[in-house]
Amino acid sequence: MSAASNIRRNGRRPGMNDTMSKDPLLEVNHLKKLFPVKSGLLSREKKFIRAVDDVSFKLMPKETLGVVGESGCGKSTMGRSVLRLIQPTEGEILYKGKDFMKASGAELRKMRSDMQIIFQDPYASLNPRMTVGEVIAEPLNIQKTYSSKEETREHVLEAMKVVGINPKYYNRYPHEFSGGQRQRIGIARSIVLHPSLIVCDEPVSALDVSIQSQVLNLLRDLQESMGMAYIFISHNLSVIRHISDRVMVMYLGHVVEMADKDELFKDPLHPYTQALMSAIPLPERHSKRKKIILQGDLPSPVNQPSGCIFHTRCFMAQDICSKEKPELRDMGNGHMCACHFCGKMEKGICGEKLQG
Amino acid sequence: MGEKILEVKHLKTYFHTDAGLSKAVNDVSFSVEKKKTLGIVGESGCGKSITSLSIMGLVEIPPGQIAGGEIIFEGEDLLKKSEKEMSEIRGKKIAMIFQEPMTSLNPVFTVGQQITEALMLHEKLTKSEARKKGIEMLKKVKIPLAEKRFDEYPHQLSGGMRQRVMIAMALCCNPDLLICDEPTTALDVTIQAQILELINELKEETGTSVMMITHDLGVIAEVADDVMVMYAGKVVEYATGDQIFEKPMHPYTHGLMSCIPKLDGDDTKRLSVIEGMVPSFDEMPKGCAFCPRCPEAKDICRQKMPKLAEAEGRYVRCFKYTQEWEETGNE
Repeated sequence: MSAASNIRRNGRRPGMNDTMSKDPLLEVNHLKKLFPVKSGLLSREKKFIRAVDDVSFKLMPKETLGVVGESGCGKSTMGRSVLRLIQPTEGEILYKGKDFMKASGAELRKMRSDMQIIFQDPYASLNPRMTVGEVIAEPLNIQKTYSSKEETREHVLEAMKVVGINPKYYNRYPHEFSGGQRQRIGIARSIVLHPSLIVCDEPVSALDVSIQSQVLNLLRDLQESMGMAYIFISHNLSVIRHISDRVMVMYLGHVVEMADKDELFKDPLHPYTQALMSAIPLPERHSKRKKIILQGDLPSPVNQPSGCIFHTRCFMAQDICSKEKPELRDMGNGHMCACHFCGKMEKGICGEKLQG
Repeated sequence: MGEKILEVKHLKTYFHTDAGLSKAVNDVSFSVEKKKTLGIVGESGCGKSITSLSIMGLVEIPPGQIAGGEIIFEGEDLLKKSEKEMSEIRGKKIAMIFQEPMTSLNPVFTVGQQITEALMLHEKLTKSEARKKGIEMLKKVKIPLAEKRFDEYPHQLSGGMRQRVMIAMALCCNPDLLICDEPTTALDVTIQAQILELINELKEETGTSVMMITHDLGVIAEVADDVMVMYAGKVVEYATGDQIFEKPMHPYTHGLMSCIPKLDGDDTKRLSVIEGMVPSFDEMPKGCAFCPRCPEAKDICRQKMPKLAEAEGRYVRCFKYTQEWEETGNE
């Protein structure tokens, strides 16, 4: 443990540099998910909610990609589409170089054993009629990993120990546990197959802060010892900053900004990211930060604004913003931003805005 | 100390459950000053919401029971009021905003019908007067197209908009005390910022006192003048906002503050944690309720419950700040 945390103090994860040159674990290109909306009986026009609209990214082995955005921005749909728990409408998903979108049957099942998910609500995501042991053993049974019951049981007990659930609770039911412990059970279920990728969909949002930090530490320890990559979805920027290597900011189904964690938090380029950062209430008195208070609500995903999707709430919007859609451009060092004015603004404008 | 609008003394709210007696609020005392904001912070199950429901007289009896204490509001004990008298105070003098704007509005009535209900009941306005006042209130909480929204149903509004409607409803009779129970927890951060700003603005404008109940220390830091920290049904620290953020004294308050990931903290380190979890009411430790999780606990903490005592100009429930601390052994 101490060796691992020593390396961490140098800022990067172990093996981070050598993985950079390797092939990505996951490559997602132009992922789209549209949900049809029921319209009037006589209306011929088909309407869609564009929940995820043209999202592309690469994920390296052992890397954590943080996905942040407000409710309805499509971050959860994106996470689930990547695992094909929701079938994406369009796009390409390459997992370890293989086309995941075309996989089916036995092949799909085999690939899925390597990709797991942790859900937000530890109360809803565990079957109340299964014991803890059965819940955690289920992935092993589905994948037929071990032929004997004893072997399966041994691995389940091992997973319980790893996540900090006392193995003597093997035959208990989920309702006997608190939220934090249930989330540990959910985590045990997702690591029992030793996956290379885990999608964490708001895993700590339903937990109290003192429990939240325990679970965040656990997720980090597991990543260090088992070496999986995370797609970590959260609406909480502080949590995202703590856990991620890279961060993707989503708004209304689009990626508006994506950058290395340090780069993004030091120099947020997109006005939405800036507003999001300034809006977090910090536990400190007499903060000198000036808040950017966005006007209005998130527009309906059915009738998306023309041009830049953010222009209806943007404090910097100009004429061009409602007419032309800004592309996601590389502003240097892999800092991607979709705004007409990023790069054209003087550096530090947002800094001034934040500091008042 | 300014003039007190609300004074709660030794409030005890218990619940009779199959597993035994749960002391949800166990001897809690505090006061809210005029035009000030009191923040109550704590994790789920600490009794902060039950405290507010007790003040409003909304605890369901049975299984609940107000086992003792006084709630002095404008010189009178609310616990001695009849249900009829309470319903005249509720909504008029003390108003409340709930956490879930989705479930706390009635889906089968329009926004307007729900706002005017209180106005016609408490202020005896006619229907058309109430409509005028209702629309005015919607404008005050910055709802665009207030006239149109007035006749819409809650499901036609967004979460932030619904919470604005709740605030409009709460403020329409000019209450002296506004209780906000996690008003922004269900909202996104950009909407939360809007709502907090609105509550602060309206407080300035109307001079209402506010009780802000939340689990989010960030929200507390922004709005509260005084802060009360609760743990397992008891007050563990009671201080001014400046004091508590400058130097949290109770180990629990300290733990809460340090386990939040910070935007400017060192993110390469592990987060500090409070080990374990809140004890359930039937497994309450004999001594201090926090001692099984406390990194500094000594023998004395396991034996008896410390009193809420004055220390450095505030109140703390911890032996660390008493004489007994030095006298006791370390293990």
